[in-house]
Amino acid sequence: MIRFTKDHEWVSLDGTTATVGITTHAQDALGDLVFVELPEPGREVTEAEGIAVVESVKAASDVYAPLTGRITEINAAIVEDPALVNRDPAGAGWFFKMELPDPAAFNTLLDQAGYDALLAELA
Amino acid sequence: MSELIPSDFEDPDADRLRQTPLDALHRRLGGRMVPFAGYELPVQYPTGVMAEHTQCRERAALFDVSHMGQISLHGADAAAALETLVPGDMLGIKPGRQRYTVFLDEAGGILDDLMVARHGERLLLIVNASRKDADAQHLATRIPQIAAERHEDRALLALQGPAAVTAMARLSPQAAMLGFMQVAELTIAGIPVWISRSGYTGEDGFEISVPGADAEALAEKLLAEPEVMAAGLGARDSLRLEAGLCLYGNDIDELTTPVEANLNWTIAKRRRESKDFPGAVPIMDQLANGPTRLRVGLRPEGRAPARAETVIAAADGTAAGTVTSGGFGPTAGTPIAMGYVRRDLANEGQALDLLVRGKALPARVTALPFVPHRYAR
Repeated sequence: MIRFTKDHEWVSLDGTTATVGITTHAQDALGDLVFVELPEPGREVTEAEGIAVVESVKAASDVYAPLTGRITEINAAIVEDPALVNRDPAGAGWFFKMELPDPAAFNTLLDQAGYDALLAELA
Repeated sequence: MSELIPSDFEDPDADRLRQTPLDALHRRLGGRMVPFAGYELPVQYPTGVMAEHTQCRERAALFDVSHMGQISLHGADAAAALETLVPGDMLGIKPGRQRYTVFLDEAGGILDDLMVARHGERLLLIVNASRKDADAQHLATRIPQIAAERHEDRALLALQGPAAVTAMARLSPQAAMLGFMQVAELTIAGIPVWISRSGYTGEDGFEISVPGADAEALAEKLLAEPEVMAAGLGARDSLRLEAGLCLYGNDIDELTTPVEANLNWTIAKRRRESKDFPGAVPIMDQLANGPTRLRVGLRPEGRAPARAETVIAAADGTAAGTVTSGGFGPTAGTPIAMGYVRRDLANEGQALDLLVRGKALPARVTALPFVPHRYAR
C-alpha cells in the first residue's frame, strides 16, 4: 500500500520498513533534477524534518521525513544520476528507507484518494 | 517537498501581471507560465529546461523576450546626450551597428545594462524589463531635450543557437548576412522587423523586434523551421550563466560599478580621457588602483549547486564575498556560479569555500565564460 504526504512524498510500507520517494507531480513541478543529497544511514529523523535536498537547474527544495524513524538505506543511484528521479519517481527513483518505531503512524498519511484531492486543489 | 515554484521567478506584483503578444502561443505549446518582471512568461515548455538548453547549444531555440523595454531616441543629438548617462562611446556607433553599455549613477553604480543600436539616425535602446520604467524616467529627467519613444506595442524575439543563421537564411537571406552586433530594418516573411545579430546565450543568433500584432505569425514561421524549438526563461538563465553574462538585479545593480563587475571594456578609451561620464571620479580611481572586490566565475568542486546569496569564505574562514548567480550548467556538466570576491582572492584557481546549507563546499575561481562564446565572426 502506498500513502502520501501533503509535501508530495510517497511512502510504501513493508512490515516496519517504509520506502520513501517524491511523487510524479513533484518531479514534474521541479523539472530536470541535477542534484540529490540524502541523509546518512543510521540517522534518527523526526516527522516533518528536512532531511534530503533536491535541486533542479533553477531551484533547490527540501524533502521532509514523512514519519519519525531511523534511516536504514539510501538510494545511491539517484545521487549518481538525479534524472532517474524524473524518469521513474515511483520506482527506481526512490530516496531512502526508514525503520518506523510506530508503523501505525503510516495510516495517518494521505491515501491515494486524499492525495488526488490535494492535487485537484492545486490544479 | 517545498518551493515547487522556483523562487527566483516569484513576483510580489503577481496580481497585475501583463501578457506578451505571444501569450496564446506559449499556452498552446504547453508553456509553464510564471510571473517574471511583471509579466507572465514560460519558464519552460514540456520538453524541460535541460532539453531546451541543449537545443540552443546544438541547434536553435526561440525565446520570447518581449518583456524587455524598447526605447527609441530621436534626433541628431541623441548619441551625444546619451553619452552623459553612460561610459561608452555612443558617438562612435555607426549606422547599422550596436553596442552594449550601462547607465551609471554619480557613484558609478549601474542603473541598468542595455544594448544601443543605431538605425539610421535613430538610436534603439533595449533595456531590462525590471528597469524599463526607471530608465524611461531617467531619460526624461536627465536628457529631456531628446525625444524618447517607448515601444510598448512591440514584441522581442530571440533566435539563438549555431543553426539560427541557417533557419534565418531561408526566411531572410539579408538578415543571415548580418555580422555580429550589426543591426538592420528589413522584412522577414513579409513582416517588417528591426533585427540584430546578437543575444544573451553565448551562441550566434538574432534578436528581432517586431510589431506586437505580427509577433505570433513571425514566431510561428521561425518555429516551423526544422532547426528551431521554443525555449523558456529557465534555459535562458542557464545559458547566460554559462556564457558568463550578467543578469541585472543579480550580478550587477546600483551597488556595483562596471570595474567591480569586470566590465572595464564598457568604459571607452575616449571617455576615460574626457572623464565626463557619471561616476567618473570613483570609477577612474578603481581603474587606477583596483576595486576592493571583483566579479568572478566560481566552480564548485562537488555536485551541489550554490545559489545566489550563498556566502563565500576564504580558507582562513574570513568572509570573501557572495554568490550572485548560481546553478547547474547543463553544457558545462557541473554546478557553476558567479559572484563578487575580495580582490586578493579573485585570481583564477583561487580556492574558496561556498557555505551551502551549513557546509563549506570547496570551489575555485574560474575564468569566464564557462562555455566558450560562439558568436558570428
